[in-house]
Amino acid sequence: MSAAGDAEVRVEDERPRQVALVGNPNVGKSCLFNQLTGSRQTVANYPGVTIDARRGEAGDGSVILDLPGTYGLRPSALDDAVTAEVLLGERGEQPDVVVVVLDATNLRRSLYICSEVADLGRPMVVALNMVDEARRGGLTLPDLGEALGVPLVETVAVRGEGVEQLLAAIDRAAVAEPTWELPEPPAPGQTRWERVRELEEAGALTAEVESAARYAWVAGLLSAGPARASRERTEAIDRVLLHPIAGPLLFLLLMALVFQSIFSWAEPLMKLIEEVLFKGLQSWANAALPGWIGATATSLVSDGIIAGVGGVVVFLPQIVILFLLIGVLEDSGYMSRAAFLVDRPLRHAGLSGRSFIPLLSSFACAIPGVLATRTIPDWRERWLTVLIAPLMTCSARIPVYVLLIGTFVPNTRVGGVFGLQGLVLFGLYLAGLGLGITVGLIAGALKRRRRGKLLPLVVELPPYRRPSLGATWLKLRLRAGDFLKRAGTVIFAVSVVLWFLLAFPQRASLPGETEKQAAAAQHAESYAGRLGHAIEPAIRPLGYDWKIGIGLLGSFAAREVFVSTMSIVYAQGEQDEESEALREALKRERRPDGQPVYSLATVGSLLVFFVIALQCGATVAVVKRETASWRFALAQLLAFLALAWVAAFATYNGLEALGFGG
Amino acid sequence: MPVNITQLSYGQRARITGLGGDDPEARVALLRLGLIPTTEVCVHRSAPLGDPLQVEVAGAHLALRRAAAELVEVEPLEGA
Repeated sequence: MSAAGDAEVRVEDERPRQVALVGNPNVGKSCLFNQLTGSRQTVANYPGVTIDARRGEAGDGSVILDLPGTYGLRPSALDDAVTAEVLLGERGEQPDVVVVVLDATNLRRSLYICSEVADLGRPMVVALNMVDEARRGGLTLPDLGEALGVPLVETVAVRGEGVEQLLAAIDRAAVAEPTWELPEPPAPGQTRWERVRELEEAGALTAEVESAARYAWVAGLLSAGPARASRERTEAIDRVLLHPIAGPLLFLLLMALVFQSIFSWAEPLMKLIEEVLFKGLQSWANAALPGWIGATATSLVSDGIIAGVGGVVVFLPQIVILFLLIGVLEDSGYMSRAAFLVDRPLRHAGLSGRSFIPLLSSFACAIPGVLATRTIPDWRERWLTVLIAPLMTCSARIPVYVLLIGTFVPNTRVGGVFGLQGLVLFGLYLAGLGLGITVGLIAGALKRRRRGKLLPLVVELPPYRRPSLGATWLKLRLRAGDFLKRAGTVIFAVSVVLWFLLAFPQRASLPGETEKQAAAAQHAESYAGRLGHAIEPAIRPLGYDWKIGIGLLGSFAAREVFVSTMSIVYAQGEQDEESEALREALKRERRPDGQPVYSLATVGSLLVFFVIALQCGATVAVVKRETASWRFALAQLLAFLALAWVAAFATYNGLEALGFGG
Repeated sequence: MPVNITQLSYGQRARITGLGGDDPEARVALLRLGLIPTTEVCVHRSAPLGDPLQVEVAGAHLALRRAAAELVEVEPLEGA
């Protein structure tokens, strides 16, 4: 009946049907969401947009909401309230249909929320995911559709199986049968859910009784046979990976291998992109365009857009490989083991497993990391996590690190196995992490620690799975797409602005000047050059010149803009046949005294600066919004900037004293 | 004196008798995870530094901190 009522409403205002996906963490909900919506997702993890729920459009026009994974709809020390609030209509409109996603290999736990959703009295569909694995394990799959009186669809989300059927079943969504008996039935017009809350407030029902009744329903359904797979294989792997000594060592080794492979596998692809994007496209533009659009516009295309965007896109192979490896580790079940291993060390820094997930996300980007801190119940721990999240090495730093390391760190092997370049990159990751922990320790020492919440860490340790090629590919495509979208928008815009700042005011050539001298003088006297010169006194002690200063100014829009900025700065004046890839240009750059600008001391100082400084306007904006405090956001920006300056100063002078200055 | 699951040896099975502590949100969370009186539990191992614990309950394995695990009162099913 309420389904019919909704159907009428839909016809009236013709708004698309709202379908919410709910389920425990790790049941394949997000994978199903990706399959349902493909690339028709709102990129919801940037400023001004909430990431409370991912939203996407399915093939039939329905709006699909991917709600955060949760163990139940009641507020507890464990669950984020968002999912419950959306389902209960406390955050805008109540969804028309609720799809409960179950893990067929672990029905005992995933059916609990099914019982709760049934009490909401909303039209519902059940998606039984990972049925292939459950069948292989010889598990009994009860006839849930029959028991609940709602459509049931078997899916294998990682392979896209059952996705069409699920969309079709949403049309037949129905209100579920009660799963347990209430002490007193609901009043007319009241849902069972509302009745339960009422009885609880009146003291006629306890959480223990409610949970036990729901689990009794689950047990009844599953009494027919084994409901979970044997964990022998998983247990055998865990005995090694979670071993008291081997476990942490393997964790470090695995992380080192990840960074190692980004370099050795990506190099050939990067060369290819450099050849095509820089040399090919640029020389084509320089040859073909001037006749059509004139020299100035050609310079904008060639030196501004191609150099700027290309300079960042060249790092796509690295980013793809990093995301691929992280995706494989996530899907295999290893990431939750990593959380298990590092919880105790993190606690010394006043953090917990609740901070682990935000910090881990920050390794991709600090913005989703900061947003993920919402699930931390203790405000002090939350602020501390927000404070140190930007110190984790985000993917925007990778292009900068890769450029500097790939260009200036010799490609030699250490101990026959690890490349030196990979080790340096790994070291930079550790430096950010170590600094974050240090800040946590200091903050912890300043305030006497209170007794924390009791359940700061609950992580499920799922059975190990072979990652699926299709699902990993889909996730990879979405993440890489995000990166390219940034290259196409932010970096494109900054490149154009920067080109103008470098090209104007235009300066007349002096007689007897070579083209190169003229270009160099043009740079020095341009708006950007003047800006760079203006901040030079502040950065000279760190070993930087005004050109690097321009790059640093650009990097506060987004860190990877540093790379595109440097590409533009060095592309101008190096026209035509002399056009060369940025890495070569950096190596050749000389100070007036003939010494290389990029000595090891300068490179080390730059790397240290990028480890610490909060060069990301978007992060500052998100921190302000999440803490509702400009003071916090600006204090964080300035504190990290000051710290970065001091540390870079110490690095530069230390390395110079050791003889790495020239 | 009630025994809690942190006092079990690794691999030993036990039956939950009750949940201690005075934090209702923590209790709801533990119930939600399937740590319900009369259910069987088993602690498999601890992380390298002794905390958190890997606890098996209701067909799943969880990482649970010692402080939370101490709330779960049990009677051992075999051995001692």
